Amino acid sequence: MSDNILEVRDLHVHYKSGKDIVRAVNGINFSMKEGESLGLVGETGAGKTTTALSIMQLIPNPPGKIVGGDIIYKSENLIKKTAEEKRKFRGHEISMIFQDPMTALNPMMTVGDQIAEVVLLHQNVNKKQALERAREMMEEVGIEGERYIEYPHQFSGGMKQRIVIAIALACNPSLLIADEPTTALDVTIQAQVLDLIEKLKEKYNTTLILITHDLGVVAETCDKVAIVYAGEIVEYGKLEHIYNNTSHPYTIGLFGSIPNFNENVKRLKPIAGLMPDPTRIVKGCSFADRCTNVSEICRKGDIPNTEIEPGHFVKCTLFANKEV
Amino acid sequence: MSKYILRRLVAMIPVLLGVALITFCMMYFSPGEPAKFILGDMATEEDIAIFNEQNGLNDPFLIQFINYIRKAITGDLGISYTTKQPVLNEILSRFPTTFKLTLISIVFAVIIGVFFGIISAVKQYGIIDNVTRIIAMLGVSMPSFWEGLMLIILFSVILGILPSSGITTWKHWILPAFTLSTQTLAACMRMTRSSMLEEIRQDYVRTAHAKGQKEYFVILFHAFRNAVLPIITVVGVDFAKLMGGAAVIEIVFSIPGIGKLIVDAINTKNAPLVQGGILFVAFTMSFINLITDIIYAFVDPRIKTQYLAENSKKNKQEKEVGSIV
Amino acid sequence: MSDIGAQQFNANNKKKNEKAVSITKRSQNKEIIIRFLRNKAAVLGLIIVVVLIFCMLFPTALTSYDPIKQNFSERFVPPNREHLFGTDEFGRDIFTRVVYGCRTSLRIGLISVGISCIIGVLIGSIAGFYGGVIDSIFMRCIDVLMAIPNTLLGISIVAALGQSITNLIIAISIGSISGYARITRVSVLTVKDLEYVEAARATGSSNARIIIKYILPNCLAPIIVHATMSIAVAIMTATGLSFLGLGVPAPTPEWGSMASSARAYIRDYWWLVTFPGLAIMASAFSFNLFGDGLRDALDPKLKN
Repeated sequence: MSDNILEVRDLHVHYKSGKDIVRAVNGINFSMKEGESLGLVGETGAGKTTTALSIMQLIPNPPGKIVGGDIIYKSENLIKKTAEEKRKFRGHEISMIFQDPMTALNPMMTVGDQIAEVVLLHQNVNKKQALERAREMMEEVGIEGERYIEYPHQFSGGMKQRIVIAIALACNPSLLIADEPTTALDVTIQAQVLDLIEKLKEKYNTTLILITHDLGVVAETCDKVAIVYAGEIVEYGKLEHIYNNTSHPYTIGLFGSIPNFNENVKRLKPIAGLMPDPTRIVKGCSFADRCTNVSEICRKGDIPNTEIEPGHFVKCTLFANKEV
Repeated sequence: MSKYILRRLVAMIPVLLGVALITFCMMYFSPGEPAKFILGDMATEEDIAIFNEQNGLNDPFLIQFINYIRKAITGDLGISYTTKQPVLNEILSRFPTTFKLTLISIVFAVIIGVFFGIISAVKQYGIIDNVTRIIAMLGVSMPSFWEGLMLIILFSVILGILPSSGITTWKHWILPAFTLSTQTLAACMRMTRSSMLEEIRQDYVRTAHAKGQKEYFVILFHAFRNAVLPIITVVGVDFAKLMGGAAVIEIVFSIPGIGKLIVDAINTKNAPLVQGGILFVAFTMSFINLITDIIYAFVDPRIKTQYLAENSKKNKQEKEVGSIV
Repeated sequence: MSDIGAQQFNANNKKKNEKAVSITKRSQNKEIIIRFLRNKAAVLGLIIVVVLIFCMLFPTALTSYDPIKQNFSERFVPPNREHLFGTDEFGRDIFTRVVYGCRTSLRIGLISVGISCIIGVLIGSIAGFYGGVIDSIFMRCIDVLMAIPNTLLGISIVAALGQSITNLIIAISIGSISGYARITRVSVLTVKDLEYVEAARATGSSNARIIIKYILPNCLAPIIVHATMSIAVAIMTATGLSFLGLGVPAPTPEWGSMASSARAYIRDYWWLVTFPGLAIMASAFSFNLFGDGLRDALDPKLKN
């Protein structure tokens, strides 16, 4: 499996909150080949952002800590790197864009300077050349280059997100992590920003991890999907697997709770209940309390992760014997 | 930009008028005959009557006030009762001293305060943070006259290395400036700390880290650049306050500044000097506040572009229509 | 529903709502107290404040000397077992004068804060609520007050009105009004456009009622915190003015004037100036700690 550009193995991340320990990520595994795009789907608090921050080695410590697992990127374990080495790959090999574009940019610096900053950090150029690259990137994302001397507050939300994308891609990273990049934007702008990400991904063959809670976005943009619940991946596979052969009860619930244009429905079907308290250790399956198909064995011991068809994994007792 | 400055200057006028009114009222209603002060105890009833007539002291309140304002605008703030010199001259001769004292205090307070404020914020709850917070709290609770006297006891009486009064050598400025700086130092430390703490938690700091930027750079050139805005306001306000509040320090250390001038004038019932002095201090304070606001407007690009773009607004609107939103 | 029926309905709902609100308020208050008690520094401040209030109310419990009577045989006695803080130039026990001085300072502090708080909150809430021209006029007046440094303002008022405790209280009160006015105004502006105020208006409450019942309770927290901290400021200003000879007239024991008369003797008799000053510092410090703790307890979101 060494042609995987990224392998996350058995990742565990804890946060300390007062006297409690919040178990944000509890054994996440996935891998990506170069040029693939993975959709990380789940509710708020499932652990998607924490996983992303772990890859970037940006977990704030205190209060957070990676307590177990490995993150192998291009055959190197990111967790074992020194602080200096970690800085070197951020923005350069792996970039991340965040959810709220309105606050992601420094209000006191020109956008040109902010794009140039990442160039200056990782490439051996002078200030003038960095600004030149900044203007190039702005044009790439669809903003006039002359506006590089303007400040963030002079741009709209959609344009700010484009600038954030420009910053993320300025040094041509091999892996881009986009954490709900369109959640804070209007639907029409959403489409434009997603198109932009797609276009650039194609152009530079960037590997993409797209974090979202929107199944529609995933369908448009991703090759593989991982459904995240309570810090674990409960279902994982190619796009067709998840959408055509939805297996895990949680995934089924997710799809069932989306309003459907074609059906005449009186009420939406949300999944009953809430995610378990992350400060408590749950015995067995963390979805058990909300599952309609729950049985005794679900609450005991480790839940097996079964490959029910090549490349399609489900973490559920219902499929324990259905190994391909 | 000039529109902004003009607007603020105009806003200063009613404030100054208000101050003038208050000080004028206070001196108007205070007991004592100005004639007696100027002419001396030997003045007869007749002399007093003539004096009052000549100087418009029998006119109605409003007329007297308007005359006062008229003269003040031209720089005539009256004659000091004790020295018979024009009030403005007295004030101007002392002003540089107070200004120098205030300036040294502020510079010291800002440098030390901001420095420790940043460290406090970065290493929150660490030793430096806790010590800084306690010192800041103590500093704010220490009456300045007492601090001055204690420092005199320590450095002049016991150790004998620093002088305790006057302004002859550079050593004379150390204790008074330090004492005066205490309140501002505490305020700077607290303001910097809370401002930095807020900025460090902002999203753009996370973006900067995600770029692979070094820690010290993020703190100084990202977070602090934003944190500095409220600090500018606090420093400006304190600078203005100090100009007036230096009175106590000047008295403790016998420094010939404006504060001491005014307090002495009150004790000798020298009404014109008191009036003129307070008016002058209020004017200086308003002016310093104005400068602070202008500096703030220049530093914060959100305000700067608002005022600079007043002319180029039309051009920008045309451009935006053509771009993708 | 008929008009009478509607009124009945509203009255019943109001009672139910008020009961529900009062229950949540009780547990809210309990939480605030718990949060406060967890803050050790704040508790320390509170303890010292209680000690000060004790000194103010029961000075004779702590000392039996007379703070005013002069005793020339005991001048300049350094601190010893009989005279904890020593004696001054008139042979008076300094510890006693410090304790009685506490009464003076606290009285001045509490009364002036009370006056300026009431006036300031009134001005601020009217200005914030009605906005427009009233707001501009009021805020201009406040700007004028703020343009004069506190010390100088106090000095001028005392100079004009004469030296007495009452005038000192007036001077300090006037200087502090602007703080309350601004805080209240900001709070009112934040709250007045919220929906429940609109709802109150829609059900026909008068403006005064809206201000008092709905808006002010939400501004209470910052006002209380500011009031506590300004007691410290009031004490410092009062003692400062007394130091300048413009505050409490002699021979009433007052920390500031004690320090002032001690100036002449600092070279030889350090205890005359040290202890009154320490008292001022302890008072200001304790009220500041207490106020800080209150702020953290009332709104933990403000805490850093």
